[in-house]
Amino acid sequence: MEAQEIMRPEEVMRSGHSACPGCGVAMGMRMVLRALGRPAVVVVVPSCSAVISGPFPYATLDVPMFHSAFEIAAPTAAGISRALEIQGRGDIPVLAFAGDGGTFDIGLQSLSGAADRNENFIYVCLDNEAYMNTGIQVSSATPRFAWTGTSPRGNTRRKKQIMEIMAAHRIPYAATASIGFPEDLAAKVQKAREIRGTRFIHLLSPCPTGWKTAEHLSPRVARAAVETNVFPLYEILDGIHYTLNYQSRGLPVETYLGLQGRFKHLGAEELRAIQHETDRAWEELRRRSEKQTC
Amino acid sequence: MRKFQTGNHAVAEAVRLCRTQMVAAYPITPQTPIYERLSEWEATGELGGVMMRTESEHSAMAACLAASLAGVRTFTATSSQGLALMHEMLHFASGCRAPVVMVNVNRTLAGPWAFWSDQTDSLAQRDTGWIQIYCENNQEALDSVIQAFRIAEKVLLPCMVVIEGHFISHFMEPVEVPEQGLVDRFLPPVDIPRRFDPDKPGYAVPTVTQKQFMEYRRLGQEAMEYALEVVEEVDREFVEVFGRGYGLIEAEGIDGADLVLVTTATVTSTARVALARLREKGYRIGLLKIRVFRPFPARVLRDVLDRVSRIAVIERNISLGREGIFCSELKAALINSPFPHQVQGYVAGIGGSNVDPELIERVVMDALERKEATDGPIWMAEGE
Ligand code: SF4
Repeated sequence: MEAQEIMRPEEVMRSGHSACPGCGVAMGMRMVLRALGRPAVVVVVPSCSAVISGPFPYATLDVPMFHSAFEIAAPTAAGISRALEIQGRGDIPVLAFAGDGGTFDIGLQSLSGAADRNENFIYVCLDNEAYMNTGIQVSSATPRFAWTGTSPRGNTRRKKQIMEIMAAHRIPYAATASIGFPEDLAAKVQKAREIRGTRFIHLLSPCPTGWKTAEHLSPRVARAAVETNVFPLYEILDGIHYTLNYQSRGLPVETYLGLQGRFKHLGAEELRAIQHETDRAWEELRRRSEKQTC
Repeated sequence: MRKFQTGNHAVAEAVRLCRTQMVAAYPITPQTPIYERLSEWEATGELGGVMMRTESEHSAMAACLAASLAGVRTFTATSSQGLALMHEMLHFASGCRAPVVMVNVNRTLAGPWAFWSDQTDSLAQRDTGWIQIYCENNQEALDSVIQAFRIAEKVLLPCMVVIEGHFISHFMEPVEVPEQGLVDRFLPPVDIPRRFDPDKPGYAVPTVTQKQFMEYRRLGQEAMEYALEVVEEVDREFVEVFGRGYGLIEAEGIDGADLVLVTTATVTSTARVALARLREKGYRIGLLKIRVFRPFPARVLRDVLDRVSRIAVIERNISLGREGIFCSELKAALINSPFPHQVQGYVAGIGGSNVDPELIERVVMDALERKEATDGPIWMAEGE
């Protein structure tokens, strides 16, 4: 048999970034940029993605990049996108990386404004479920009961449903993705690249530091989130057409939560509550996606 | 073409004539007619550029500065709370050296709520690294916007043209609207760095060290100092093309004056009337209008005021706990002069209250009679 040449995709992110070892955000950025390819213009805002991109004179990303203010990833990307359009270079994709704090919390207003206008960019929310860049503080993306530095007895709120919020804007494309499913993630980025308007990718990006997991476990933790239905993989077209991309094994939530130190204080009652809510949300998602297919 | 129009509409005319490629804005009184007029022209195709109707002023400035860094000519307009909301992005625009042009329509900042002219909104943005030009009338508003693009794009600093709410924004005056050909001659097509060139990937606004940060700020200061020259040079060229100009400051009747009244913005026009009356009565009173506030034209002011012993500053703003901001700045500019100056500050017209010629006469008489200046503002109001 003839040896097959293995084609490696071209890397856009260089080695030598400054993330903690085993960082899921860094892996996510690498996968997204590799799938998007060149040329592209990238916006980052204060978050681990901004640190990962490198301090002067280092530049981890081999594409033009702008490190803008915290709450404005979306209008910044929109401004660049409009400018490129004016200059006749509207074919260059503009991609924004923001964390969960910059998306679910402080950046939500400007993201909503841009989505409402259907501005032309791809927005990737690198969700590590807390403000990890400033330590480990609770955000509205932090799951219920999770420990953080500002929710020392466990978060009392539920995780804000950002996908529903984005879908309510009726944007052309929204998808969840996970660094535990690189092919699915790459396919979604490539699909998003072919669409015009506001495209949103909610990428679960485990943070060994904040989640208190072993350094080598990020992909496995990310897979477990999907296999337990805590973080299902799906797409929403035009805000109404739901598609489930992966039929999970439906493992108990402990399989996911047990890998992480931030949930180690949980008792049986809390685990039951999480399982119950996870099952309910999964059913709801299945119902919505089935309704679309039949 | 001469048109009878409001200051807001004169500003819109200038933005169109400058072939502005992108306008991002959010409505706020009394700025909104600028936004509406530009939208109208976008709809009819007369604007030539695109409008981005953002959900806040903060986002409007974010979009403008990002587009400006990409190499296009951008404009926005705001007032009061909207300008305050933008504050963070104003630092960003100047720190990134993005030549965004903005018109701020001076309006009170809450609370309490009010909608009238008050310069404290724009003066509170003093330290954001924006060039600031204060206009006396509708014609100057139109002309200053055209100049602002030339200045901003040459120095690579953002520029704020400031007009007063209602007194300029809504009052109608005859305005000479220049021919497109003349504006094109004065303002060439935009040619500013394109920071997001995929063929030359670079990194805009990275994280830097303490020393590098200091160096950035030093370069910003140098750019401001250079901007003083550029404002003057651009104004001279403006005179050549359009036959009128404004300078950094305007001074009249300074030689041999017993007192010089320092004004800004629309109070200047009223002062011209008041001082003419006083001169008829035999008083020797000079007038000095400060047009450019940032960069502060300290050297030019010193040259003019060097041998003037009494100075009265009248202004429509206050830095609570100190005094009127122009007064403080002027005192600071004169402090190293070997000649002793007596500088008295007057705060008048706060919250858009009227400043009439009689009030200005009272300010002048008060300043002339004073043996020494008080270190704090004297409040003056109409009919008191
Ligand atoms: S804190 Fe977490 S997300 Fe941030 S770089 Fe470290 S591992 Fe990555």
